[in-house]
Amino acid sequence: MSDEVARDPFARLRAATPARIGLGRSGAALTTATSLEFQYAHARARDAVHRPLDIPGLKAALAPLETVDVQSAAPDRQTYLRRPDLGRQLGSGVVLDSMEGCDVALIIADGLSADAVQSHAAPVLHALCPRLMGLRLSPVVIATQARVALGDAIAERFGARLSIVLVGERPGLTVADSLGAYITFAPGRGVRDSARNCISNIHGQGGLTHDLAAHKIAWITREALRLQLTGTGLKEEASALPGPNPDALPS
Amino acid sequence: MGYRATLGGETFRFDTLARLMAAATPARSGDALAGLAAQTDVERVAAQTALADLPVATFLSEALVPYEVCEVTRLILDTHDHKAFGTVAHMTVGQFRDWLLSDAATTRALQALAPGLTPEMVAAVSKLMRNRDLIAVARKIRVTSAFRNSLGLPGRVGSRLQPNHPADDLKGIAASTLDGLVYGVGDAVIGINPATDNIPTATELLRMLEDLRCRYDIPTQTCVLTHVTNTIAMIEQGAPVDLVFQSVAGTQAANDGFGVSLAMLHEARDAALSLGRGTVGQNVMYLETGQGSALSADAHHGVDQQTLEARAYAVCRAVEPLLVNTVVGFIGPEYLFDGKEIIRAGLEDHFCGKLLGLPMGCDVCYTNHAEADQNDMDVLMTLMAGAGVHFLIAVPGADDIMLNYQSLSFHDIAYLRNSFGLRAAPEFEDWLERFGLITESGHLIDGATGAQRLLGAS
Repeated sequence: MSDEVARDPFARLRAATPARIGLGRSGAALTTATSLEFQYAHARARDAVHRPLDIPGLKAALAPLETVDVQSAAPDRQTYLRRPDLGRQLGSGVVLDSMEGCDVALIIADGLSADAVQSHAAPVLHALCPRLMGLRLSPVVIATQARVALGDAIAERFGARLSIVLVGERPGLTVADSLGAYITFAPGRGVRDSARNCISNIHGQGGLTHDLAAHKIAWITREALRLQLTGTGLKEEASALPGPNPDALPS
Repeated sequence: MGYRATLGGETFRFDTLARLMAAATPARSGDALAGLAAQTDVERVAAQTALADLPVATFLSEALVPYEVCEVTRLILDTHDHKAFGTVAHMTVGQFRDWLLSDAATTRALQALAPGLTPEMVAAVSKLMRNRDLIAVARKIRVTSAFRNSLGLPGRVGSRLQPNHPADDLKGIAASTLDGLVYGVGDAVIGINPATDNIPTATELLRMLEDLRCRYDIPTQTCVLTHVTNTIAMIEQGAPVDLVFQSVAGTQAANDGFGVSLAMLHEARDAALSLGRGTVGQNVMYLETGQGSALSADAHHGVDQQTLEARAYAVCRAVEPLLVNTVVGFIGPEYLFDGKEIIRAGLEDHFCGKLLGLPMGCDVCYTNHAEADQNDMDVLMTLMAGAGVHFLIAVPGADDIMLNYQSLSFHDIAYLRNSFGLRAAPEFEDWLERFGLITESGHLIDGATGAQRLLGAS
């Protein structure tokens, strides 16, 4: 047995899992250092839930794409967390004009992590829009205090055939800025979650890259418009990205 | 018809028994979301006052969820033991509370009463009880269950070792399992929530756990928490299934949402029993529940979430489980908003389950969008240990990297042992001592040495 293994038998096990193993202990408690590490991770996750979206910053990142902001019927974060039903309805006074022949409504929803939206929504859309060439896209709707199903109400106003909602996923301790993408054919009131396709775990710590996420979303979008459905009847089978290793692409 | 109470000259009316039960429930976000909660604090006390005067026997003649549409209601009423009910048959709900807290309600008396109680009765009385009352009564109740070890004995607390991995990586899961064993965790079960829920993955994970258990000769049971139909299929294919897992709820409609029925649970139990793998007992079921599951499935029939949770325990009781676990803080803040609501719900669930005769455990946990933190978990686990909980869940460093929520850490089980003298199941404790992982006094040996003993034996 090497000296290192004798000192820390978990050294070689740690490579097998991101779980917090071999932490050591002070009596039966966490050591000061591991206790502080945990608190830091939890604090980051909570900040990600509660931090408001920086809308001007997001718009700057989205330029030159046209944007519109809307709010759900949940007036603040506290209400949003207690009332998922309000996060699925448009706030009063929101005006979105019907768009003749709109194929795809593009929506960014803060969801449970504004950090995820701030970091990943614009690069995903910049990678996605060229892949949707030939389709008529709505302006990018930036929705706050928003859940996934708010996209149905928005897409319905546009009269869009399909919606793409990019949403901040519930933060974990390890990854607090993971983005999800929900694609819904014939979006409207009463759509069931089983009628959506989802691409999740778009983030920079071993998750999907922006380019690969855009590739998958575009594939599902074109298949959905061809087959006229999304959900359990449409399995994502996008081919691997062509060309160089997607991890090597700037994102 | 209806129920009413007058407080301070104001009369409060409640049209139905379901309304009365909901209004009498201590405040929580899920009932407010469903539009069932009391409108004011005074209305809540008025409902509790009216409920205190209600004869307990009312729940035998008035179903909260219609008998005709719900097999859970039929199960509750058709299997009710009138003879056992005799002790409390003449009481009001308020008198029932007084009796439970009295010295007349001994361990033996409570055990004999269990088959005579329905979930609605225990839910009703819990609504009149403070947290300390829930602990005091639960602590008197003894429920034991057994498979390869004996759980629920006095002075002991079991633990589930939960070594989840986001990609179901076998080495990663084994590493977390070894980590937990070094802390003396895992007598209730070593149980994995698979990230990919299909039969080949579940079988692979189950075989890995079986190898590990056999290699170290650990007197415990293993489980992969997959759907009951998958487990039945695995048993048919000859996989080494110890326990059948399933999530269950308190209405037939909510169970439909889980894709499960009473008949399926019985079929699965029979299949697991046919393997005869238990050594000191034959409790082969592991069931999980949690307040809010019926509302989230839009299957709540206008009944409050705590009463529906207690009804899930009728489903559990029918299949004589080894373990029942309320996953109390997992569902999110729209059902239990903060630490206060999670702590209250955990104590209610434990009390109700135990009073109905179940081996009741708890996943002391929260999500990152709830107003809760590890301090709240410290409070709940310590209260649960005082209340005599059957088992608790623990994960490495309190961080479940697959389900993305926080539970207890392996450290916390060691805390309950060191600070309160609570011990593991006797067969498992003997193994820990034989393997040199704990001292004669039950304290953990140095972690690195413990790990080397396990790794050296692998």
